[in-house]
Amino acid sequence: MIVRIPTVLRSYTGGRETVEIAAPTTLGAAVDALDARFPGFRFRIIDEQHAVRPHIKLFVDGALARDLATSIAAAHELMIVGALSGG
Amino acid sequence: MAASAKNAAAAAPRATTLLVATRKGLWTLTSDAARRKWKLSGPDFLGHIVHHALKDPRDGKTMLAAARTGHLGPTVFRSTDRGRTWKEAGKPPAFKEGSGRTVDHTFWLTPGHSTQPGVWWAGTSPQGLFRSEDGGVTWAGVDGFNDHPQRKAWCGGDQDGTPDGPKLHSILVDPRDARHLYISMSSGGTFESLDGGAGWTPLNKGVRADFLPQPDPEFGHDPHCVRLHPNDPDRLYQQNHTGIFRIDRPAERWVEIGASMPKSVGSIGFPMTLHPRDPDTLWVFPMDGSSVWPRISPGGKPAAYRSVNGGKTWQRQATGLPKSQAWWTVKRQAMTADRAPTVGVYFGTTSGEIWGSRDEGRSWKCIAQHLPHIYAVESV
Repeated sequence: MIVRIPTVLRSYTGGRETVEIAAPTTLGAAVDALDARFPGFRFRIIDEQHAVRPHIKLFVDGALARDLATSIAAAHELMIVGALSGG
Repeated sequence: MAASAKNAAAAAPRATTLLVATRKGLWTLTSDAARRKWKLSGPDFLGHIVHHALKDPRDGKTMLAAARTGHLGPTVFRSTDRGRTWKEAGKPPAFKEGSGRTVDHTFWLTPGHSTQPGVWWAGTSPQGLFRSEDGGVTWAGVDGFNDHPQRKAWCGGDQDGTPDGPKLHSILVDPRDARHLYISMSSGGTFESLDGGAGWTPLNKGVRADFLPQPDPEFGHDPHCVRLHPNDPDRLYQQNHTGIFRIDRPAERWVEIGASMPKSVGSIGFPMTLHPRDPDTLWVFPMDGSSVWPRISPGGKPAAYRSVNGGKTWQRQATGLPKSQAWWTVKRQAMTADRAPTVGVYFGTTSGEIWGSRDEGRSWKCIAQHLPHIYAVESV
């Protein structure tokens, strides 16, 4: 699966705009895979109660997903967006 | 106390370094030995909201910075080489899974007791207390507070509190006893632990809370900044939402010491800082807490006020500061003092200026400007 990384998180990916991860079964598994590869990544976008943080949006093949249990086994792309955080 | 005695333990003149935590990153200001010339360096963490940054006085090289961004969740960055390089904490402060609570930001950092190298304490918004035993790499909640059955009664809900979120701040460690701690909360009040954080008792009697219906309540107060004097750890001062208070333990009741402030200025403010050696000398920076609470310098005329007698009397110290039309605020972590023989006092403003005095507040000079909104200034 291709993951599109927003500028706000590229300090974790060494500046890379996209990274590839092995096909995850759920959205949570995708986030965990990113965290394993880029330590600290998960907590910046997912809080300690497993909720996506308010100014982060996750799109799976173009569809907004907020539940980490969402099945994404057949998906091709996860796009992470940092949205509307104020001035 | 005579001036010579006050300064007997003073260090030789040396440069002062200030860590300046702002809404858009962390800067460092370093002086020459005379504290006349200042050099600004940074930013680190550009674009991060940095609420607090400190250097560990125990090893002189570990630094922690509490940060988040508008998009990203809260974290702690740490340096073990005096700020040259930084790494993110492996496990930043976070509430327990299933607690239903989430840390919005880490607000306050305090190095642990001198006998506990590597121990740090952190206060968060909403109110949570966290501890690290490995120099800030991993953090765990202090269950004695976070899971206390009275916590919600003490603090209110996670939406109650200051416009920027309710905060746990002013984590104080008794230099005589690592197990003796104080914390304060906006809102909630001041609490004491005698067992390293396992149990907590309110310590608010005598502090006015005229925004609450009952007189002299046990908790629910709004301390803005509480300081403990290192040379007299039984002496605590408090700048509160309602005035300035002092307690000399083992007394259980705070005494109001802001009553002699000029009526036109009042005794409400955010920050206070103490003389590093003389327990009777302290500085506050009043703000306008009248009508709808503008929270700016009263009348647009900023001034520090100093007491040299434990708060019995106060002297206005405004020489060099703008005489009018200066509408900024000094936040609760944004005033500090160095340890020079003649103490330097510094504060940062919401309009991004750092002002410094190399003569204990008698005169002030702007030593940095054009910075973002300043949250904290620490002399390290």
